[in-house]
Amino acid sequence: MTEMSASSSTPQTFVRPAMTPERAAPVPTSGALAWIRDNLFPGPASSVATILGLLLLLWVIPPLAKFLFIDAVWSAENGDACRAQEAGACWAYVRQKFSFFMYGSYPREEVWRVNLTLIAGAILTVWMLWPDARGRGGAALAFFTVYPVLAFGILTGSAPFPVGWLPSSPEGQIIWIVLVVALFAIASTLFYLNRNIGWAIAIFGFIAWSELGSWWLSLGLPLVGTHLWGGIFVSLLVATVGIVFSLPLGIVLALGRRSQMPVLRFLSVMLIEFVRGVPLITVLVMANTMLPLFVPESWSPDRLLRPLIGVALFSAVYMAEVVRGGLQSVPKGQYEGAMALGLSWSQVTRLVVLPQALVTVIPGIVNSFIALFKDTTLVAIVGIFDFLKAVDTGRLDPVWAGPKISTTGYIFAAIFYFIFCFGMSRYSMMMERRHSAGRSH
Amino acid sequence: MRKSILANTMAGVFCALLASGSGVFAQGQPAKSPTLEKVQKAGALNCGVNPGLAGFSMPDDKGLWLGIDVDLCRAVASAIFNDPTKVKFIPLTAKDRFTALQTGEIDILARNGTWTMQRETELGLLFTATNYYDGQGFMVRKKLNVTSALELSQASICVQQGTTTELNLADFFRANNMKYEVIAFATSNEAVKAYDSGRCDAFTTDASGLYAERVKLANANDHVVLPEIISKEPLGPAVRQGDDIWFNIVKWAHFAMVNAEELGVSKSNADEQVKSTKPDVRRMLGVENEFGKFLGLSNDWALRIIKQVGNYGESFERNIGSGSRLRIDRGVNKLWNKGGIMYAPPIR
Repeated sequence: MTEMSASSSTPQTFVRPAMTPERAAPVPTSGALAWIRDNLFPGPASSVATILGLLLLLWVIPPLAKFLFIDAVWSAENGDACRAQEAGACWAYVRQKFSFFMYGSYPREEVWRVNLTLIAGAILTVWMLWPDARGRGGAALAFFTVYPVLAFGILTGSAPFPVGWLPSSPEGQIIWIVLVVALFAIASTLFYLNRNIGWAIAIFGFIAWSELGSWWLSLGLPLVGTHLWGGIFVSLLVATVGIVFSLPLGIVLALGRRSQMPVLRFLSVMLIEFVRGVPLITVLVMANTMLPLFVPESWSPDRLLRPLIGVALFSAVYMAEVVRGGLQSVPKGQYEGAMALGLSWSQVTRLVVLPQALVTVIPGIVNSFIALFKDTTLVAIVGIFDFLKAVDTGRLDPVWAGPKISTTGYIFAAIFYFIFCFGMSRYSMMMERRHSAGRSH
Repeated sequence: MRKSILANTMAGVFCALLASGSGVFAQGQPAKSPTLEKVQKAGALNCGVNPGLAGFSMPDDKGLWLGIDVDLCRAVASAIFNDPTKVKFIPLTAKDRFTALQTGEIDILARNGTWTMQRETELGLLFTATNYYDGQGFMVRKKLNVTSALELSQASICVQQGTTTELNLADFFRANNMKYEVIAFATSNEAVKAYDSGRCDAFTTDASGLYAERVKLANANDHVVLPEIISKEPLGPAVRQGDDIWFNIVKWAHFAMVNAEELGVSKSNADEQVKSTKPDVRRMLGVENEFGKFLGLSNDWALRIIKQVGNYGESFERNIGSGSRLRIDRGVNKLWNKGGIMYAPPIR
């Protein structure tokens, strides 16, 4: 005790006679060097991998850059300059053929219609998908209702609404008027009750459109048949139609497959398993060559519409399985809890189950979209001049044909497809982060 | 017994129909063709073409179709509508080309198809005429100093796999007791690349294809196409069986172009030639007689074709001959009186 108090009371001073040996400076944890060490050379195995990777890049990049930029032919009248042994990529050829790659055979004096449609579509898409944008719902509504109708009218030049329905026969007119009045009544009621304004607008639009059908024709836009459509424009069209139709259709099929109703379930399972068991090429060839054999000539759908339907159906069944995976991940308690609150089946599905299910399967959905985007090139086998087919045909032109032409064309196509697929992938990752921000796992 | 009575009755009805049909023709009534009526109603002709074969059918930078097969369809459109642009070109792969014709999706198949017996018997098609006499040939390097395919003994030859080309090649070398080494590739493109890089001494495919491939080579002038043609490939447009008038329209559209060349009527002088005193020319251009009527067309059908599309020689030179980059020699496709075998029955 005393000893302790003595020791505590007497201050023990210690003076180090010599300086402590200098330690190495602390390893920096930030800055370029730190990043390089942590990410590229953290251990012997990684270091070897890094060095091999660098060597690979060194081996690939200089010749690629030489081919793509240094030796490239940027402008030329014809393929002579590109055929030279030392010539690199022939960008002059891409410039010359660009309008063909973009629009296919669409008449050149009418391409403003394609441009208008593409730009409007791009604006609506960005607006709809921009997470913090205002009025996203409005943009989405426009994109799925008014836009396709208008786009059809602008691109084909025919009335986007069957004009023949209006004044054909007296009975037809009466039925038509009754229908319009009824629709108008429904729309106004909905509007008045301030419920589902979206529906009301859609129905109003429908009525307005039936009146605008003949007005549209009086604009006198020259008709452009779908046999003239081609290039990037058609690739984007096929991809958009596939994407836009596959998700809702897939959700319906997935719900049908999990339904309690045996007929509905059976039909959904049949459709999913049948279409899924067949390659896309078979679906396309069936739609294109077999369909006309079974239906009268006047009934057989447009040559571009057939692959569109085929692609949409095909991707829908894959989507259905992705969505079903999401539905299975929603715990049973969610259904039971929602039902205990007195929600109807559609409310449970719409408000509780689907939002959770879809967020879970965003990667799967986007995976399907990307696969679909690349699969659009398969429409070439049924004679549609999509972007890749246009590139493939352009390289045969004897004015340009040469060994470097094919390579340049395919590199150009690869860049295009990469930008779109990478963009979709990045967007989905951003959405995943946003949606998982409020969740614990 | 009953069955045979029924069959007899049906045969009788059929004969009666045939008789009444021939009676109509005998009276000189303009003919009825379901295909022509359909085409006229639709306002355009559906023409099945190759999606991309230089010189035969191919879209240019603006997406307009060019080629001799394309010209044939344009000629038919000119004859029907007086407008060569009223054609819907439907690009078809080799696989679905015949189905498209059988289902009625296209009215003419002008897709550099070889006229063979099997296609006219088993497949139920009719080839209307030959608009290009093709045949398999060889391309070699100039520096080999080979002037004939018969000097190709011991040569290595690049060829596309699984085509009749391979078979023709084997036949030719066996028939001439020569040895050779075949190097086969999955696509024509790979075969040409291998030839260009020096893996083979010669490359073989249809002669028109040889010229088309030659322009793609690094130095086109270092290569030469040998004169021997070792197979017959008569290429021409085809129609469905069962519509003879339509068959005649397509056939005579081609013959009109060949006859026009023979008679010296071309795109530029067609209007003056209407005043010609030559009976052949007057009949062809519809100044005399009424040949158009029996096709269900107007009488100046041939004049329209020549004015809007040109004669056969013009079409040939513009698309695959000296006026194009392919520079294919007319060869056997010269007119019969100029040393070739291109021959058209007379319009009279």
